[in-house]
Amino acid sequence: MQTANLLPLVLVLAVVAYGLAYMRSRAVAAPIGGIRNLKALPTYYAARAALWCALPSLLVLAAWVGFEDRVIQGIVIATLPPDTWPESPGQASLILSQISNVANGSLNPEFVPEHIAGAASVLETVEDQSHNFKAALVLLVAVAGATFAWTRVSPHINARINVETTLRRIFFVCAALAVLTTAGIVFSVILETIRFFNRIPITEFLFSTSWSPQTAIRADQVGAEGAFGVIPLFTGTLLISAIALLVAVPVGLLSAIYLSEYASKRVRATAKPVLEMLAGIPTVVYGFFAALTVAPFIRDVAEAIGLEASSQSVLAAGLVMGIMIVPFVSSLSDDVINAVPQTMRDGSLALGATQSETMKKVIFPAALPGIIGGILLAASRAIGETMIVVMAAGLAANLTANPLESVTTVTVQIATLLVGDQEFDSAKTLSAFALGMLLFIVTLLLNVVALKIVRKYREQYE
Amino acid sequence: MSVNETIASEAGRPEETIIPVKDPVDEAADAQSAPVEEGKTVGKPNVEDPKFKLRNVEVYYGEDRAIKDVSLDIGRNQVISFIGPSGCGKSTFLRCLNRMNDSIDICRVKGQLMLDDEDIYASKRDVVELRARVGMVFQKPNPFPKSIYDNVAYGPRIHGLANRKADLDEIVETSLRKAGLWDEAKDRLDAVATGMSGGQQQRLCIARAIAVSPEVILMDEPCSALDPIATAKVEELISEMSESYTIVIVTHSMQQAARVSNRTAYFHLGHLVEVNETNKVFTSPEHELTESYITGRFG
Amino acid sequence: MSNQSSQAEIVRNSLKRRYRKERRFRLYGILAIFLALGSLFVLFADIINKGHSGFVKTTVSLEINLDSEMMYLDDPTDKDQVSQADFVAPVIASLQEYFPDVESEAEIKQLGRLLGNYAASEIRDLLRDNPDLLDTTQTIDFLAHDRVSTYVKHADNPSYSIKLSEKQQEWVDELVEQGVISTSFNDVLFSRGDSREPANAGILGAIMGSLFTMLVTLVISFPVGIAAAVYLEEFAPQNKFTDFIEVNINNLAAVPSIIFGLLGLAVFINLFGMPRSVPLVGGMVLALMTLPTIIISSRAAIKSVPPSIREAAEGVGASKMQVVMHHVIPLAMPGMLTGSIIGMAQALGETAPLLLIGMVAFIVDVPEGFVDSATVLPVQVYLWASASEQGFVELASAGIMVLLTFMISMNALAIWLRKRLERRW
Repeated sequence: MQTANLLPLVLVLAVVAYGLAYMRSRAVAAPIGGIRNLKALPTYYAARAALWCALPSLLVLAAWVGFEDRVIQGIVIATLPPDTWPESPGQASLILSQISNVANGSLNPEFVPEHIAGAASVLETVEDQSHNFKAALVLLVAVAGATFAWTRVSPHINARINVETTLRRIFFVCAALAVLTTAGIVFSVILETIRFFNRIPITEFLFSTSWSPQTAIRADQVGAEGAFGVIPLFTGTLLISAIALLVAVPVGLLSAIYLSEYASKRVRATAKPVLEMLAGIPTVVYGFFAALTVAPFIRDVAEAIGLEASSQSVLAAGLVMGIMIVPFVSSLSDDVINAVPQTMRDGSLALGATQSETMKKVIFPAALPGIIGGILLAASRAIGETMIVVMAAGLAANLTANPLESVTTVTVQIATLLVGDQEFDSAKTLSAFALGMLLFIVTLLLNVVALKIVRKYREQYE
Repeated sequence: MSVNETIASEAGRPEETIIPVKDPVDEAADAQSAPVEEGKTVGKPNVEDPKFKLRNVEVYYGEDRAIKDVSLDIGRNQVISFIGPSGCGKSTFLRCLNRMNDSIDICRVKGQLMLDDEDIYASKRDVVELRARVGMVFQKPNPFPKSIYDNVAYGPRIHGLANRKADLDEIVETSLRKAGLWDEAKDRLDAVATGMSGGQQQRLCIARAIAVSPEVILMDEPCSALDPIATAKVEELISEMSESYTIVIVTHSMQQAARVSNRTAYFHLGHLVEVNETNKVFTSPEHELTESYITGRFG
Repeated sequence: MSNQSSQAEIVRNSLKRRYRKERRFRLYGILAIFLALGSLFVLFADIINKGHSGFVKTTVSLEINLDSEMMYLDDPTDKDQVSQADFVAPVIASLQEYFPDVESEAEIKQLGRLLGNYAASEIRDLLRDNPDLLDTTQTIDFLAHDRVSTYVKHADNPSYSIKLSEKQQEWVDELVEQGVISTSFNDVLFSRGDSREPANAGILGAIMGSLFTMLVTLVISFPVGIAAAVYLEEFAPQNKFTDFIEVNINNLAAVPSIIFGLLGLAVFINLFGMPRSVPLVGGMVLALMTLPTIIISSRAAIKSVPPSIREAAEGVGASKMQVVMHHVIPLAMPGMLTGSIIGMAQALGETAPLLLIGMVAFIVDVPEGFVDSATVLPVQVYLWASASEQGFVELASAGIMVLLTFMISMNALAIWLRKRLERRW
């Protein structure tokens, strides 16, 4: 039985358990003077039965599904003749995919070696058995759990406390999922990064100025490993982010100031949400705009004034990215500007300062730490942005500061290296994880520092 | 958050700047059975050669009338106190004198408000210039998060009152001396002002206000956030300053009004009930409401 | 005092300069806002300008004589015969009736190119489904070739290059005149999956892929997000681990989305052996990415439930969990829903992490479940935007318009919900 059918079945069982336990608790209560003499309401006995039915069985199901494939693969490989055992993980996955293709009928068994065809039939039987065992075990656990809970419907047991404790634990697990996600990210980048650094020395990765992972076409090629110097990628990323910030910081800051200090309520009420729409537009749309409209426009303009421009330019990607992060800067600046107490404004205005003098000399310096925090968050956003640069910045790892040329960035390389088929034992694929690690560390640092600054700033005025 | 919301939520700000009264005073007033007649102020509202000549002033917050037909003169180089129960409109009235109410969208001011025979609310009137002449000290000390020196130098700098660094130094020193803060602050002029004690901060705010040499200083309950010793120092300062400045002070403390002011005005529910020489108001009030207030029957 | 009046003089003299500065500063602010809003306007205008023609298809409506001899076919159900048959011949014959003087081999070939590459298979499928139609004459609407379509829609737009020969252009003009070639609403766009031919490509596959992906995301992130928010606001003890969880959530909210793609690739696909390119994995990755947004907005919603409600419930002897379940969650639900819808809208527009877990494959079939290979709307836009044929550009823009319509409706729903359900305390 498939997982997709098993899941609803378990839920149905849980509902049945709920109903049965509810009726039983009423039945138990009847002779002792009604439900007021139970330790908990009937619904709690019922909920406890449902939990006992569903939780353990779902855990068993999850564990089974999680390990099923690996175990089955192990069994299938073990049935192969010893001289055909795979030597590397890559070979193993090749053999396994052949076997499963035969098994599901997409590959004619006549075209493959005999041992593969044999393994395919083994695979089919083992999979069948596994599915049957899985279904039987899960249903057994579900029924056993429900029965146990049913027998424990007793006026002396406070089911409410059981149910609430379980719920509280479930809530905790949900909250802890954030920690698990972070751990998952760290785990997923670290393992492959270490493997990458076993092949390419970390010093070369960090300090070499040339990047061309695509040269590794054949494994036996001389210099097949290519060049893995991250500096051109990093400078490309920084160049584009710098242009983006150059657009976003003044525009975002000035609009925030205008909207919070000068604009009438009506203007503010319309302009602010419209401005925030800029943050809600998918990045692929910006990428499209940058690649198909802004970049050709910039190239035409540059050519008209006699400059040479690439069709994928830093400037196009940076400008569009700048527009994208305007709302980040403006809404964070708006927050911090409004957090400056009104008494500061009054104090300055009462001395005869104009509004702009008050803004520039009192409010802005007071809000500066918060604004810097906001800018750092925007910078981290710009560095991690992928689609705009994938579509508009290009793939060539140029080490340049000319905004009319094309550069490539860390995120572009991660995306290009990992799109399509990957070989997990080539430096080319592994390098994407090393880049991911670098990106994660840099953005994490920026975020931590920014959040700290912003929090400190808020505390100052609370 | 719009400006007026900010003000409303600002802790410690007297609610009468925003909300016209709806508090027990209402009933107290009824209990006194002494109706306040609109525009009828007992005592001596007029003086010779006034600094401010205020006639038929009305202030509205949206539809609510917070100040009802108030006419009053404020004498040159005198200290006048505004007293009255919470929400009687005295702070609102004070804030009309340098148009600090301008930043509240829904606030409208009617009537004639003259400073040295020039209309404060004339359309051509320049707020910046007005405020340079009519300074203000607020209830809660509000030094800028800058150094002590920069706080005092802020006004002269924006107005361009000092051409050289030495001039500015002199203005800062004189102002701090006048505010009685020089001895405490001279060794730490570069220290951040927010690190000072509450009383010092308030005297710094006074120094900041007098650094632009205003003609009038408005004080909105300047001592309500201070302890008795700091209060005494600020009161002493007010008495000294009264020689060269016109001072309008809003206060909750009748003792303070009695100690520092030449004249006292009693506000009630947006009406100006009585105004007179301070000793007359406190020794022989003419209006029943004034009497009940100063004898502590309500308020 | 003379000091005071001289100072007043100085102030008065400085006013002009200061007000100039004030006006300039204000002008900068207005300029900034106009720049930002102007960019938004230009962006929309550009996309609508490029994309509106994507909603129009060009059809060639021909009377086809389904002559069995011409096609070398007498049994449309016989697979062998069908694979040998010539379905192009009747089309050419029909076109030749309009242009009888076209005789040379090369010209006939050019004439045939007015139709899309799928014209033959359209006849084949028609006959397969209705074998009785053999040897009858039918009027069939064929999709025009991409180049013809471009010519018909954009002949006078210089930014499109017309790739038809002069002869072909004449033919097309003639056929348009006679009403054989016409344009109509592009129903193909909403009824098919991707294709190598712009005229034949649709976004239904991507829409369904997005739908399945979003369902997975919603089912995971909504309950988990609310549970996590409730735990952190109501039950979490004040300790290091709680702080640690909070730091993690705040940082995850700012981690670049592509990193979540790496997580999906390394953990879900490589470690757990889940299939590539499927909505299930895509949805899980997006759920992890959306969780922080939902948790943060749900916490804000829970915080806004006044303590008096909690106290009232506790006062009648409700347990903490009962207070939460009976009062806090129902009262905070509007805020939680709003936050979740906004989070889902973000997830709907996300592209980068899905590239890494293989949802960029070229997939013709419309997915029918959570483990069918699929792509999603923004990825489809990316694929079309990077395709070389110019016919895909208008499809990409049309796709963006569809995507934005979905997102704007979701946000509008969120705003409506907030207005409708939110209570002010």
